[in-house]
Amino acid sequence: METSDNPYVDFVITVRKYKTRLTAKYLHRPLWTKPPEGQVSSALPGTVLSIAVSEGQRIEEGRLLLTLEAMKMENRILAPLSGTVGAIHVKEGDTIGRNHPLATIIPG
Amino acid sequence: MTELNKDIQALREKKAVVEMGGGEAAIEKQAAMGKLTARERILSLVDANSFHEYDMFVKHDGRDFGMDKKDFPGDGVVTGTGAIFGAPVCIYAQDFTVAGGSLGLQHARKITKIMDHALKMKCPIIGINDSGGARIQEGVQALAGYGEIFYRNTIASGVVPQISLILGPCAGGAVYSPALTDFVFVVENISKMFITGPNVIKTVLGEDISMEDLGGARVHAEVTGNAHFWARSEQECFEQIKRLVSFIPWNNAERARSIAPAEPLAGLNIETIVPADPRQPYDVRDVIRATVDSSDFLEVHELWAANIVTGFGRMHGETVGFVANQPMVLAGVLDCDSSDKAARFIRFCDSFNIPIITLEDMPGYLPGVDQEHAGVIRHGAKVLYAYSEATVPKITVILRKAYGGGYIAMNSRHLGADFMFAWPGAEIAVMGPEGAAGIIFRKEIMEAADPDAMRQEKVKEYIEKFANPFVAASKGFIDSVIEPRETRSMLLHALRLSAGKEEFRPAKKHGLPPF
Repeated sequence: METSDNPYVDFVITVRKYKTRLTAKYLHRPLWTKPPEGQVSSALPGTVLSIAVSEGQRIEEGRLLLTLEAMKMENRILAPLSGTVGAIHVKEGDTIGRNHPLATIIPG
Repeated sequence: MTELNKDIQALREKKAVVEMGGGEAAIEKQAAMGKLTARERILSLVDANSFHEYDMFVKHDGRDFGMDKKDFPGDGVVTGTGAIFGAPVCIYAQDFTVAGGSLGLQHARKITKIMDHALKMKCPIIGINDSGGARIQEGVQALAGYGEIFYRNTIASGVVPQISLILGPCAGGAVYSPALTDFVFVVENISKMFITGPNVIKTVLGEDISMEDLGGARVHAEVTGNAHFWARSEQECFEQIKRLVSFIPWNNAERARSIAPAEPLAGLNIETIVPADPRQPYDVRDVIRATVDSSDFLEVHELWAANIVTGFGRMHGETVGFVANQPMVLAGVLDCDSSDKAARFIRFCDSFNIPIITLEDMPGYLPGVDQEHAGVIRHGAKVLYAYSEATVPKITVILRKAYGGGYIAMNSRHLGADFMFAWPGAEIAVMGPEGAAGIIFRKEIMEAADPDAMRQEKVKEYIEKFANPFVAASKGFIDSVIEPRETRSMLLHALRLSAGKEEFRPAKKHGLPPF
């Protein structure tokens, strides 16, 4: 059993502390962090085919940022808001996972 | 030699060829991987001399890429009928020694034929998966074959028990047949199950992961919950299946077969298992073992979502299903996984006429962003749905804590429990005393000269007023407050009384559980 060699620890549920064991799955759960404002991340794992903007460039909402080849499709990644391209976090040819930061847009 | 004898001789020779599967070299390779052959597996599982093989002479109908010149004995799958402890079963085993157990249309048709047979004869279906996947040379025909199997898995669901063994690779679309069945068995180092394999993951994502780490037996038994039973060897796996079959009925019109009644083993004292302090852990399976016949408990999903315990035992020789919070793992909270686990088990019991006994000792739902974002609301709702929907006898014993939404979810009177029992130390309340007192007496505590002392006093006051079973009993939500040592006799009484239970639901095509 995954927990058999685990020691009992204090585990708080609504103020009260319980002595119990934690599972490996619980210990490895992803911790949530607020994504930085204006950050565009990949919804799919894939390869960056081409980048259509450069850092510092002023863009409007809906402008093509880059093309990501993923799931046998060329996916067009568009700007979700208008502003200035603050940073591009990938380069052409990069193979990236899901939720990988692609670009940061400074709103305005 | 007469003509007849010649025919018999020819038949025997033809059968011998098919029984050799992929031939000696392939069988040796199979053995080198620690695997039995398809026929050895079936013969290890069923009663001696009970197996009858069907469709030995079926030929594949691949015509392209040179397939018309190839002969695959039995087309890579062995099908037939047998018995386990005298109970009839329909069974199939993919034969990895023949074309890697790959699935073409005729291979699939052999499987669907035995499935149709099981559905007509109302007996369990056991499928042994050991296949490289779709026979690519057959193209869409292979996909058609999978689809026809999935369709029958769905139609048979809730009519006859369906059991899957993963005794080799089971990848891509093939995984969905086991996933649709009731119980999936995996074996260490042998079972491999995934939608996309390590090679694709490496190419697309650059992530390097072994087959074992991606979809090995332990992963499915502990992390994904795709497997209900985990074994160290094929032989242990077969013993687990025989034990499971002994607990469940042949079909949804039958009751599980009863055996001679027996008392629990003498060594387990139910009065000393559960600590009085609700914050202290214990193994709730000891309470189950102290309650059931011969202390014999078959746990389902033992390694996954261990904060809830599900499984079968017998009371006075009759099968019952147990659902119990497990305080020694994650304090026994309900979360996404434990909700899925409990709901699925409850629905199996309800489909197959198995009464459900719920043992409750839980502090509530697991807090956390990961839980909320993973949909603990819709997963948790499955437990409410499954208990409310079930019409088999439903009995609850509150051992210690029953707080908040968890109290409602764990087969409360309000969801239609037939019998509600509580031990005298049970705390039935909206939340734990510390949390509740902090809210109700917030002002008094804040304004007190000594807030800590005031808090403790108010917690004590709350415990005295609410942290007991008598408030719920005074409303009739609890039928009886019982001593722990009366548990077995009260459960036996309740089960006897509900033997003829009938409960009806409005006519509908089907309900809409929050999938």
